[in-house]
Amino acid sequence: MSQAVFPTRRDESWRYSDLDALASIWPLPAPHIIAVAPGDHFEQSILIDGSDGKAAVRHIQMTLGKGATAALYALNIGGKFGRVELDITLMEGADFTLGCAQIGGADQVLELITTVTHAEAGGTSQQMVRNIVGGTATSSYLGKVAVARDAQKTDSVQDVKAMLLDRSATANAKPELEIFADDVKCAHGCAIGELDAQALYYLQSRGLPPAEAKKLLLQAFVAGVFDGAQDEERLKSLALAKLGELV
Amino acid sequence: MLTINNLHANVADKPILKGLDLSINAGEIHAIMGPNGAGKSTLSYVLGGRPGYDVTDGSVDFGGADLLDMEPFERAAAGLFLGFQYPVEIPGVSNVQFLRESLNAQRKSRGEAPLSGGEFLKLAREKAALLKMDMDMLKRPVNVGFSGGEKKRNEMVQMGILNPRMAILDETDSGLDIDALRIVGEGINSIMRRPDKAVLLITHYQRLLDYVQPDFVHVLADGRIVKSGGPELAHQLEEYGYAEVVA
Repeated sequence: MSQAVFPTRRDESWRYSDLDALASIWPLPAPHIIAVAPGDHFEQSILIDGSDGKAAVRHIQMTLGKGATAALYALNIGGKFGRVELDITLMEGADFTLGCAQIGGADQVLELITTVTHAEAGGTSQQMVRNIVGGTATSSYLGKVAVARDAQKTDSVQDVKAMLLDRSATANAKPELEIFADDVKCAHGCAIGELDAQALYYLQSRGLPPAEAKKLLLQAFVAGVFDGAQDEERLKSLALAKLGELV
Repeated sequence: MLTINNLHANVADKPILKGLDLSINAGEIHAIMGPNGAGKSTLSYVLGGRPGYDVTDGSVDFGGADLLDMEPFERAAAGLFLGFQYPVEIPGVSNVQFLRESLNAQRKSRGEAPLSGGEFLKLAREKAALLKMDMDMLKRPVNVGFSGGEKKRNEMVQMGILNPRMAILDETDSGLDIDALRIVGEGINSIMRRPDKAVLLITHYQRLLDYVQPDFVHVLADGRIVKSGGPELAHQLEEYGYAEVVA
């Protein structure tokens, strides 16, 4: 279902969005709907690079049938406003993996909005998100994990980190848990920081110019997000190229 | 090769070095000893260009160039190597990748062709063998999970690979067991004891000097060199202590 009404900042999921940029591509197309059949495996890479400099929004609604597995790998590097929105519903014993890197500079606004609903028992989900922002850019992660009353033995992980390259950049991270079952594991971790000055100096003392040293540390920071993706090499090299522009 | 003239330096606005003079020629090995807080590590960091160490007076000439005017990576490319007292752990960045990029960055700034992956690995294998370090450790992230002694040996492997003209080794002997001390000592000799190279060893103890025979020994106290002599000075210090010898 396509969003009929233009959002305002009062809508939680649009709270940090660049609504001016959004207006330039409004109305949005209907969400992409994916149904993964019971026992099947699905994988997709998502690239938001808005090379026209404007806005790019992707909205995916996916349902995983009993015992199905799915992996999404997302690289969000812009235009002015880049948004990935995922609504994922897991049936019994399904498994969902998300690896996402958001890398932005200048005045870019990048965001990842996820709702992972464990509707039935025994589902597992892992989200690994790395954000790197410089300039006055903003990255946001709004990630909700909802566990239904019958979804016992759910095991869910949200692992979110953000790196600020400049003190003028902003990173928002909001994990949100809504749990109605009583026998579940839902781990969530968020960390926001800066590049380690000691490590930077150590690398430079061996002959790496500052930009190269930063790039190496940032490469390590996002390492792992795309591990195992069919598109791993392409995503990594695109991420690296974007890092090269930022440092 | 290195001429330090009336060097004054502050750390957090506190004067640490107070008029230090030292001259080191090619082919020489110098040792600096001194009580805790004398300014030994400050000297090494000032020479290495670490941020936070402010030179307030004096000059340092390195092979005809103004060392204090160079960025840390330029000092490395000019042939200066700083062996850290506390080598930094860098998760996610492999030793091999870091060193190859560092070496090639140095070569590039000297107008030399980069080493290929194969050529670099051959060099790395040779230097690792010299320091009796397993190649597998070189493939692991920089210093992560290394013991104190392994970190120091890794510093020496880096020195071997980068092949500097001048090495400043800040307490490279601390944290080493007896066997590792001998291996590191022999490593320093085989890499650096050459007519066109020089070494400045900063140490608390005579032990390392048993393996790496210095040509000159200096006592640093309260930010100045207060006494200089030959290798016998180190023995006197060991026997009588700083207070006695310096008085």
